[in-house]
Formats: sequence, C-alpha cells, structure tokens
Amino acid sequence: MSSTLRPGEPTVAPAAAPSSGAASEVIEELTASDALVAETFSEYVGGWWKRVRAGQSGILPVLAGLVLLVIIFQVLNSNFLTAANLTNLMTQGAPYILLGMAEVFVLLLGEIDLSIGYVAGISATVTLELAAYPHPEPWWVAILAGLAAAAFLGLVQGTLITRLGLPSFVVTLGGLLGFEGLMLFLLENNSVASGGTVGITNNILSDVVNGNLDPAVGWIAMIAVVAIAGFFFWRRDFLRRRAGLAAPPAALTYLKIAAMAAAGIVVVWICNTNRGRISTLEGVPWVVPITLVILVGWTFLLGRTRYGRYIYAIGGNAEAARRAGISLGRIRTIAFVLTAMTAGAAGIVYASQLGSISNGMDGGTLVLDAVAAAVIGGTSLFGGRGKMLHALIGGIIIAAIANGMGLLGLSAAAQYMITALVLVAAVTVDALSRRGATSTR
Amino acid sequence: MQGARAASAARAPGGASAPATPVGEPLLQLRAINKSFGSVRALSDITMEVPAGQVTALVGDNGAGKSTLIKAIAGIAPPDHGEIYWKGKPVRIHTPRDASALGIATVFQDLALCDNLDIVQNLYLGRERLRARTLDENTMELGAKQALADLSVVTVRSIRQLVASLSGGQRQAVAVAKAVMGNAELVIMDEPTAALGVTQTAQVLALIKRLAERGIAVLVISHNLRDVFEVADRIAVLYLGRLAGEGPIAEFDTQNTVEMITTGAATPRSAANSAAPSTDDAKDH
Ligand SMILES: Nc1ncnc2c1ncn2[C@@H]1O[C@H](COP(=O)(O)OP(=O)(O)O)[C@@H](O)[C@H]1O
Ligand SMILES: [Mg+2]
Repeated sequence: MSSTLRPGEPTVAPAAAPSSGAASEVIEELTASDALVAETFSEYVGGWWKRVRAGQSGILPVLAGLVLLVIIFQVLNSNFLTAANLTNLMTQGAPYILLGMAEVFVLLLGEIDLSIGYVAGISATVTLELAAYPHPEPWWVAILAGLAAAAFLGLVQGTLITRLGLPSFVVTLGGLLGFEGLMLFLLENNSVASGGTVGITNNILSDVVNGNLDPAVGWIAMIAVVAIAGFFFWRRDFLRRRAGLAAPPAALTYLKIAAMAAAGIVVVWICNTNRGRISTLEGVPWVVPITLVILVGWTFLLGRTRYGRYIYAIGGNAEAARRAGISLGRIRTIAFVLTAMTAGAAGIVYASQLGSISNGMDGGTLVLDAVAAAVIGGTSLFGGRGKMLHALIGGIIIAAIANGMGLLGLSAAAQYMITALVLVAAVTVDALSRRGATSTR
Repeated sequence: MQGARAASAARAPGGASAPATPVGEPLLQLRAINKSFGSVRALSDITMEVPAGQVTALVGDNGAGKSTLIKAIAGIAPPDHGEIYWKGKPVRIHTPRDASALGIATVFQDLALCDNLDIVQNLYLGRERLRARTLDENTMELGAKQALADLSVVTVRSIRQLVASLSGGQRQAVAVAKAVMGNAELVIMDEPTAALGVTQTAQVLALIKRLAERGIAVLVISHNLRDVFEVADRIAVLYLGRLAGEGPIAEFDTQNTVEMITTGAATPRSAANSAAPSTDDAKDH
C-alpha cells in the first residue's frame, strides 16, 4: 500500500511529537547525517565524504577542532579538564551560545544584526529593574517584560529593514549605538539602579545560572531525554521504511543513540561531581537545560515548520521564494524579532551570571562573539546555510578559548587576537566551501 | 491562499488529471496583443493560438519581443491592449497568481530554484505539505518522486540531494516538475536549452515531448532552430514585435524560418499579419 501513497491523501502514520523529533535532529546533525540518502553504512560514509568535498562538511570537523583545542589547553594547564572548570565553561558559554543562536536567524537570510549585544543589555536591564526592590514584580513578569522589550526593538529594526528596504548592516549599526544609549538611559534614570548598575535581588533570576539541578534529577532528566530522542530516531526511520523510502542503516541509528547517551552521561557526570571548596556544590546548572530547550525549540522551528523552510529559501534564492508566493517581508521581519528575543534571553542569562547589569556592559564585543560563534560552528555569512546547533558548538569554542587562556594567564589582548584568528579562519572556510559548492555544478 | 494552492497541488504529482481541452483545440488564444515601452512598440497586434497537447515554438531575433510576449501571458507584465482567451473564454491575467490559477506555469531562464534546498524542498516550495502543523517530509518525498518519475527522462542520484549539485539538465527537469506539479495545462519555457551541452539539451527536449504526450501545452522560446524542428508541432515567428508567421511545423523549413526571423518576410502561408507594415519599423535601426 505504501507505494500507492499520494500527497494529499490521509496517511495512516500518526503525527510525530514535534519537540522530541527536533531533539533527535539536533543530535543527528552532529554526525552530518545523510540519513535520507544512504542505506548501507559504506554508502553513508561515501556520501559524507562527497559532501565534505562539496563544502558541506557538517559539524564533525568543527568538533574535531574543539577536541584539539581542549587537548592543547589541558596539556598547558591541567586544571582545564576539571569538573569545576568544565561546569564553569558551560555557564560561561551560555550567553555566547544564545547570542549565536539569535544571530543564526538573520544570517540564514543573508542579513546581519549588529545590535543584539545591547538588545540583550536592555532586556536584562528591564528584567532586573522590574524585579528589584522596593516594589519587585514576580520573576516571570520581569522576564516576559524583558523579552517583550527585546522583541519590540527587533520589530522596529526588522520593519525598517524590510518595509523601507534599508540594509540590515546599517540599521542594526544604528541599533548598536542607539540601544547602548537607551540602556544607559534606563540605568541612569531609575532609582533601583545606583551608579549605573542594577543588581539581582530575585532568587530565581539568580538561579538561572547559579542554581543547580539536584544530582538525581539531573540523571533522571538526562535518561528521559535520551530515551525519548532515541525513540523518535528509531520511529522516524521506521516510518520512512514503511512509506517505502530509503532510511539510514539501523546500525548507524543505534550508534547515534549511543553517542547521544554517552554525551549525556559525561555532561551530567561532570556537573554532578562535587566542585565546592568549602561546602558541597554539585548538579547540572539550570542554564544547561534552559539553553538546550531553546536550542531544540529553534531547531524545530527551522527544520520542521513552513516558517523555517521559508527562511532557508529566502537565504538561498529570494527571487525564487518570492515567485513561490512567500511573503518575504513578513518572514524577514519575524526573523529580526526572533533574533532580538533570543538575544533578550541571552541578556537575562548574562546578567544572572554577573549578578547584575551595568552601564559598563560591552555589547559591541558580545555581538562579534555571537557572529563568531555562529560562523565558527558552520553557519554561512552569505545566507541560506546554517543551523542552530552551529551556535552551540561555536559558542562552546569561543568560551573555551576565553576560559583556557584565562587559566593560562594570557592577557585580554592575546585573547582578542586569538579569537579573531579563529573567526577569520572560520570565515575563510565558509567562503572557500561556498566556492566549492558552486563549482560542483 | 496557501490552503487553496495546496489543494490544487494535491492532485498534480500523479499526473492523472487529464487536461479538459482535447489535443489540438486552442487552449490559449491571443487577439491583437499590444505592448509598448515608451516609444518602443515591443508587441504589435499579436494574434496567435497555443493548442492543447502540442509544442509551440516561439522564435525570433534578439529584441523581437519573445520575452515580452510570455511575460504578458504569465501575468508578469500585462499587455496594454488585446484579449487573451483561455479555453475559449476571455480572461484577465494581471499577476503571476492569475496565471497559475488558470493553469499556466512559466519556467524562466533563471529557473528560480533554491540551491541550498534539496529537490523535494524545491518542488514543494510555497506549497509544503503539513501534518500536525509540521512539515510532512515523507509525503512530500513520495510526491516529488512521483512527479519526477512522470517526467521519466532525467534521473537523479537521490531526490534528497541539494539542487546545487545537479547538472543543468537535471535542474531544468526539477524546474519543469515544479511547474507541472501546480496542475499546469500550459507550460511556458524561456530558452530552456540555452546554457546546456549536447546530452543535457537532448534531455530537455525529451522532457518537452513528454509534457506534450501528457496532454500539456508547451510554449517554448528557443534560438536554436535544430531544437525547434526536433520538438515543435507549431512555430510562431516574431519580428520586431509583430508576428511574421505562424503555423504547423510542416509549413516551415530551416531556410524560410531563418529568412522570416531575419527579415520578417517570406511567409509560408500569406498570413495577413505579415502584410501589414509595422507602424514603427524604424525603432531599432
Ligand atoms: N522593461 C522594458 N523596458 C523598456 N523596453 C523593454 C523592456 N523589455 C523589453 N523592452 C524592449 O522591447 C523589445 C522586445 O524585447 P524582448 O521581449 O526582451 O525581446 P526578446 O526576448 O525577443 O529578445 C526590445 O526592443 C526591448 O528593448
Ligand atoms: Mg528574451
């Protein structure tokens, strides 16, 4: 019966539960899967190698780079691979990862948003000021207000860019300057902010980064996530085979599930190791599952919905998208809103990590780190190519460089220059692979 | 609007829906189509017809008005004057959407494909299938397979490969499949073989024949007369914006066609059109 299946006819298969499907997709991208093409293991490997040469290498080379980086830092300073430092690295990396994910939306469109550092700052300022004494709002009201403020800034910029046809580079460069001004204004004209700084008084806001899951809860949550994602892996292949479509070899699917479980075990094991000097300090920091939820949510949006498909289409060939009846202005504007909102979340995480937000925040450097995170991970500056997962890997790399060089006692000057080198290398790879991709035609 | 498009696309990929118009009957008729750009009269009093299930070739020198004419039919740049009849009824085609609603699909020279998407994603762009509000990849993949199989002239290694990795002929096939999937009864192609090598040209010509076999009318612009004589059932020659000649392929040979393209004269069947002098012949000289 599967061979007579026609589009539009009701099919027997039940709908996939979206979020877990996206979770498995995130993991799948780790291996640059050509799952929909190859049926045997060797075909799979052959297909992968072909794509590497065509400039679609997937994420494995970047992961290899990260491993190399870790080895270098560990050799130079044996404190690098300690539970305390690695957990520290995860929380340090979260703002870069989130800002990088924010940037992916607009990079996919072939646009850029230079303002997200200060959008993050404004979101954090609004959140912290609303939650501050003497008249604190509940934490969730404060967070929603911060995210709404960020979304509004994104809407204004997105509208200017799409309706007036202004270049995003210029509009968001204006945002970079103007929003710093707005942030200073908010910090200098509110009684809860003294000396241009507003601190965190709410426990929940502080716990975003500083709170930890109970060790047992961490294990249970990790096992549940791996089990659910593994089930959706398997189910997806099953449904494809039943529909008469090529599915990846079962061994490969099991390998992926095993890799996913191994990664989960390592992360939880590291975080659950006592890292306290005086009293016990253990457990997975809240910010880890928070970041993963946003990652899975946005991956789902980009990979499994019409909206996400249209973002890729516009980034690949805007004219083709327009002729297909896609409303370019609407998709683009929403992308700038999503970018700003994600940046807003990053700002709140950033403030939680610092315990405050101040007028000294450097949103300019943050935005460069964000673009660097996305591009190092493999997202193209030329539009149409990229994934949320890239920001995760790239953000970890950026954080690892900062963390490792901090441990080595290197100056800020050296850190900036090395990060810049990594970024330029990533952009070069991007440009070269783009050339490779077009020359294979 | 998405819903309506998706619904009409739903019937398409199987190719089972036979066009209502019998082969040879005029599917599209143009009457006295005129179009000017300032003082340049790009189209003057074009009257011709495109029959169902046949390949009509539109030939003419550079600047003869071929692209302007198909843009008028495709709703991209509507004519200034003149009438368009679709299956015998007068219609107005002001936007590309009007054209596709009638069943007119246009494959432009640039093909309008997204290189960063795979074949399935390109074929369903703008009319994605959803289940539980998420993309229904399996259904789309099956439909895309069917749509390409119906054209049965070009094979691809995998339907999930990126369009960037396809050859020119394969890209053309994908663009045509995309056009036909929208339930097209008339497919317009602008210079489909212009950039292709020998093998790929042969593929595209086979593709055009296959469309006609399936009862679809094809209006194809070409510079290459060898290609034209290989696939066309009818020829229409444009010369400086007017119709220099039109008729079944039997009335043409390479020599008189070339003459007509270059001088606008030597009509095979004394068409009234060619006798009327163009009002502004001087424009391009
Ligand atoms: N958008 C336009 N604006 C002004 N003149 C145009 C435009 N499009 C076409 N023309 C003119 O109309 C004539 C026909 O052009 P076109 O239809 O492109 O010819 P063809 O496709 O046969 O080479 C030419 O003289 C061209 O310069
Ligand atoms: Mg032309």
